Amino acid sequence: MAQTNKQITVALAGNPNSGKTTIFNMLTGARQHVANYPGVTVEKKQGRCKYGGYEITFVDLPGTYSLTAYSVEELVARNFIIDEHPDVVVDIVDSTNLERNLYLATQLIEMNAPLVLAFNMSDLAAQRGLSFDTDQLSRLLEAPIVQTAGNKGRGRTELLEAIIRTAGAERGPRTHRVTYGSEIEDELGRIEALLVADEPALADKYGARWLALKLLEQDSDIAARILSRRVLDAVDAGARHLKTIFRDEPEIVIADRRYGFISGACQETTRSTVESRHSASDMIDVIVTHRILGLPIFLAMMYLVFQLTFTIGSHPMGWLEHFFDWAGKAVGGLWPAGSDSAIRSLLVDGVIGGVGGVIVFLPNILLLFMAIALLEDSGYMARAAFVMDRIMHKIGLHGKSFIPMLIGFGCSVPAIMGTRILENRRTRLTTIMVIPLMSCGARFTIYALIIPAFFPRWQGPVTWLVYLIGIVLAVILIKVLRLTLFRGETTPFVMELPPYRVPTLKSVLIHMWQRGWMYLRKAGTIILGISIILWAAMSYPKPEQESIEGLTPREARRVALADSLVGRVGRAIEPAIKPLGFDWKIGTALIGATAAKEVFVSQLAIVHAVASPHEQSQTFREELRANYTPLTGFCVLLFCLISAPCVATIAMTKQEAGSWRWALFQFFGLTVLAYVITLAVYQVGSVFLA
Amino acid sequence: MDPDQTRPLSAVKPGQTVKLVAIDAGRGLNSRLASMGLVPDVEITVLSNNHPGPFMITVKNSRVMLGRGMAQKILVT
Repeated sequence: MAQTNKQITVALAGNPNSGKTTIFNMLTGARQHVANYPGVTVEKKQGRCKYGGYEITFVDLPGTYSLTAYSVEELVARNFIIDEHPDVVVDIVDSTNLERNLYLATQLIEMNAPLVLAFNMSDLAAQRGLSFDTDQLSRLLEAPIVQTAGNKGRGRTELLEAIIRTAGAERGPRTHRVTYGSEIEDELGRIEALLVADEPALADKYGARWLALKLLEQDSDIAARILSRRVLDAVDAGARHLKTIFRDEPEIVIADRRYGFISGACQETTRSTVESRHSASDMIDVIVTHRILGLPIFLAMMYLVFQLTFTIGSHPMGWLEHFFDWAGKAVGGLWPAGSDSAIRSLLVDGVIGGVGGVIVFLPNILLLFMAIALLEDSGYMARAAFVMDRIMHKIGLHGKSFIPMLIGFGCSVPAIMGTRILENRRTRLTTIMVIPLMSCGARFTIYALIIPAFFPRWQGPVTWLVYLIGIVLAVILIKVLRLTLFRGETTPFVMELPPYRVPTLKSVLIHMWQRGWMYLRKAGTIILGISIILWAAMSYPKPEQESIEGLTPREARRVALADSLVGRVGRAIEPAIKPLGFDWKIGTALIGATAAKEVFVSQLAIVHAVASPHEQSQTFREELRANYTPLTGFCVLLFCLISAPCVATIAMTKQEAGSWRWALFQFFGLTVLAYVITLAVYQVGSVFLA
Repeated sequence: MDPDQTRPLSAVKPGQTVKLVAIDAGRGLNSRLASMGLVPDVEITVLSNNHPGPFMITVKNSRVMLGRGMAQKILVT
């Protein structure tokens, strides 16, 4: 290599389920960076690799079937190729399903992108008796073809070599192209000529033929860039003319011709020796999507996911809790005993307490995303959506919405992130709004304190009841939202069911790490900020020195909290929450719970002047039993379940819904709902129990 | 039933293979379905049709799930 450290940018395109991510992982390893494309909530993954004196940057475009303007993902992928001029575009093709996958390739060819085709899953294709004449196919498509098997790391060197060769090659006009038949070609020619005359800048940037084709396909994004009336009129006339000839929309005829081109190319170059291609997948599908067995299998899978997340996760969670306890004591020990240094308190209670509160959930989050990655990579997730569709459809959402809602049982933050899989905005907003009703892991800490305290003999059923109430409320709320704010047709949905595959450890680990890191970064920064604010609100103003004279440290803490801003607000709202059966102590703890739900427990412990709830939870529970009735206990559960999602959730809703309006609507809407329901339960309950 | 008669995909029984005639699902979806291989004359095999649940079909060697509403908008023979 003559040039050293030459920079190359490579875009990875491909259908969903084509194994694009495994190729991306194979090429870049863990050196990846996840962000969003500016202005849209589509993930942009980048990674690097050094090879043969080149420094190659890979950009993983969103998985798409096409490059139209109908979905954000497709538009993002298309604009990246047009605007950023990657040196090479690698189209990752599932070689077990060549025809459908090459559809995207025809569009990349039409854009005259510097194309390399990766025939992925070549091992599976061989197993199924498929063989390709790649030399011939490569001549027809005018792009190098490399056979790869991303999950086994096969074809890496060959692919990198092809990328470097393509990046350095001169590119002339293509000799083979998709031809659309004389009627369409005539219209294309007419529009092209007008484009060259009227819109030379655009024609130069995008290529006149591609522009003309997109215009005939009624592409709104491209049409909006054309100023020339003559061009637009010619497009309208052409589209009308074609419609009368074909009795179908021009874009459908164009799609049909592209498939024609592919099947022509494939006919000469592919051989299949085995007839049935889906046999193993077919067998599994018969069972897991069975009309009766499907649901129990799905529920069993979910049970396993939660066992994995919470049972196994509780061990590392315990270690982390101990670690932060220890860290708090160690840092606190740097000051002389009895010191009331503000910095000590900020570090121990604000920073370590706040960050610790987030990080202890990391094992759960990692395990949850590991489970999700396993379900997704194996292909089961798509079947779960299929199985749930029947039920979800009744409430006005479709099967896919169930997936983020399910994640909501772990934590609302990743769940709201997960609504990205939903295409329709109304469906997506509805789902985001109700996700906080799924009892998250943090709320479970509240249940774990309250339920054994007040319902020692009914722990299981009461826990189950609380979860169930959340689900039932979510269903009702979805119905209401779909009939009022988010009215409109349920989008008929289409989703590919990928063949079952054995997930690779590497891809599962990378997925897990990325989500975990995102959680730490996004939730971590927000919670840290809010914990410091809340710490200040709980520490200031300080009580008069004489009022805590002679009290035990524990008592002093109680007085200090009662006197602080949070304590004052808690007392101020006591008249409002009294009808719910709550006193100012619960009120104070509820305010703290907006930082993170589990803060409720530690705050309640402080106002009751008991030591850390982890160490002496038995005494804490006795204290609670002495102060409150089981009815109040149940109302606390209800209120914590429904009310005000935590700040991290609010921040995530703002980010994903795109405005503070929805975030605040969610926050206040759910709080009002919680108030009304808890009020009704407490008042009716008091009458019956009196 | 006359096998040549045009009918919605939702009326096709599991195991049957039919040919696509037209889709009337609005511009965006039409085009989306076309990119997934649902173009005129393509062969569609219905794998499952669990009334009132969703639909599973095979088209161009890939397996696709459709909502029932969607299946009503796809005309086949």
